[in-house]
Amino acid sequence: MAPLVRISGLKVAFDGTPVLHGIDLDIGKGEAVGLVGESGSGKSVTWLAALGLLPAKAKVAGSVQLDGRELLGAPGAVLDQVRGRRIAMIFQDPASALNPVLTIRRQLCESLALHRALHGEAARIEALRLLDLVGIPDAARRLSAYPHEFSGGQVQRIMIAMALAGQPDLLIADEPTTALDATIQAQILDLLSAVRREFNMAMVLISHDLGVVAENCDRVCVMYAGRIVERAPATRLFDDPWHPYAQGLIRALPPLDGARRRLQAIPGTVPDPRTLPSGCAFAPRCHHAGDDCHAGVPPLAPSEQDRAVACLRPQRLPVELAAE
Amino acid sequence: MTTPLVEVQAISRTYRMRSGLFGRPISVRAVDNLSFSIQKGETLGIVGESGSGKSTTGRMVLGLEPPDQGSVHFDGAPIAAPGTAAWRAQRARMQMIFQDPLGALDRRLAAAAQIREPLDIHNIGTKAERDARVHELLRSVDLNDSHGARYPGALSGGQRQRIVLARALATKPDFLVCDEPVSALDVSIQAQVVNLLIDLQARLGLTMLFISHDLRVIRQISSKVAVMYLGRIVEFGDADDLFARPQHPYTQALVSASPAPGRRSSNRIVLTGDPPNPAARPSGCAFHPRCRHATARCAVEVPQLTALDPQRQVACHLVAGASSQAQDAA
Repeated sequence: MAPLVRISGLKVAFDGTPVLHGIDLDIGKGEAVGLVGESGSGKSVTWLAALGLLPAKAKVAGSVQLDGRELLGAPGAVLDQVRGRRIAMIFQDPASALNPVLTIRRQLCESLALHRALHGEAARIEALRLLDLVGIPDAARRLSAYPHEFSGGQVQRIMIAMALAGQPDLLIADEPTTALDATIQAQILDLLSAVRREFNMAMVLISHDLGVVAENCDRVCVMYAGRIVERAPATRLFDDPWHPYAQGLIRALPPLDGARRRLQAIPGTVPDPRTLPSGCAFAPRCHHAGDDCHAGVPPLAPSEQDRAVACLRPQRLPVELAAE
Repeated sequence: MTTPLVEVQAISRTYRMRSGLFGRPISVRAVDNLSFSIQKGETLGIVGESGSGKSTTGRMVLGLEPPDQGSVHFDGAPIAAPGTAAWRAQRARMQMIFQDPLGALDRRLAAAAQIREPLDIHNIGTKAERDARVHELLRSVDLNDSHGARYPGALSGGQRQRIVLARALATKPDFLVCDEPVSALDVSIQAQVVNLLIDLQARLGLTMLFISHDLRVIRQISSKVAVMYLGRIVEFGDADDLFARPQHPYTQALVSASPAPGRRSSNRIVLTGDPPNPAARPSGCAFHPRCRHATARCAVEVPQLTALDPQRQVACHLVAGASSQAQDAA
């Protein structure tokens, strides 16, 4: 089956500094894919570049195809048919994504007019249905409210409603719950998986939180310094990570039960994109690195049918899991 | 038992705020009748969501703002009024670390100069001694003099937080209040700083109040944990035991909401309703509108923090009621 979105060799550079070094990623129809990595690893930039949302100074190369149609360098009219309609995006800070001086109704109906050509009463009824769907109580009255009258969790629900307005095939959720409290995060993640099931919508969940990604995705890609370093089914990645960086991330997470043990921190810091090491970007922080690791960048090599790892010395030993 | 280093007795703090330009002022009770004590060398973790009053508690413990009611004692003496000489002497023994290290540092001052500042302010040592102390402090947070020469902008997030920590340790404090110190850091760096805090505490015999929304970090670092909800402690106990067998329905939901790699969300407790709003505190038990087990009594009567066993206190009618019945039967 052809993937819904196929990203191949996607590269991005800002002011001559490469920040994304060739990303290959397929998203199947209805699939949930997680992107994890620390700040600066390129997880958000990948999708901003794919949707043509980066500023003009960013140099983007490679290919991004939606149902076989190229998106990179496509004219604005084509992108307008894709953004918000076929592929919708929600962000970490929902409050700043809404216009504070317009009512929720105005903003929802704008999406509906743009993507679905719904106007007037038809748009109002659809807006009402969407708010109901995302679990805003008393939706009829709340339609005329302004963004500041909602709590943080509710504003994220409204953003999800707006994203659903175009009936997208793919939802990019960029740290959708990072700004929310734990109990509200659980609500929003529940909502996302419910809408995904109902509409058979694919989702890319971008998060720094391994737990969030593990519980809500089918497949996971671990990113480091602008590259995918490991790709695996979610359950297998967390039970048995191969890349030393993926292992390090899981070991660095404090356990919530069982015996307390000293955290195994990854030494050092994420490299500056301007001064990347010549070989594997993780090699300077890696316990297993040898001379060959510093010599060249290891490619993301498929090893089993559904797994791939970019490491010359993948660690196949079972790790004691951080949690449970 | 020895006297605790920090003793907080029934403190409350109310803020007044106006809704809109002509709105009637309403009072927001951020912290409500809170009591706890921290023994020397112990770490108390306070966990709660936004609006639970955990940061206000930290500020009152440090004397940065006075409680409206109740009292805070540090090493047996009440916290002196801010600005006085006595307060200054006390404050040299208690320091704090916040979430945003860049906001806590002066961008136009080299890191070493900022670590040195408390020594200058409290007039500790000669010039040479101060230089040596700065060097020693940098080493104690696993940095070196070259880091000290840099400006905050040239340091990474984890390094900045280490500088803040070194500065906090400059006056050799006995007590450290950490308010979300690792929340802004990436996972791998977070682990470095958490390990460093644990090492420093063991080496220097520090007493800590550690405030965070992150259950995992709280458990890793604390000996005792207080769970706060809308300005009150709803559960208190030993860190490992509390997260292994949470008793209060809110703690249970919190523990269950904490995502874990290697586990699929099957039997997660998802709370309904909005996060609590301190300006519109529900009657009775503040948690009752979101509680699965709430009864009519919960909406009327505020549950008191009662001891379930010597190690655990819970403020819940259902939990406390069940245990007292069990005691009656026995």
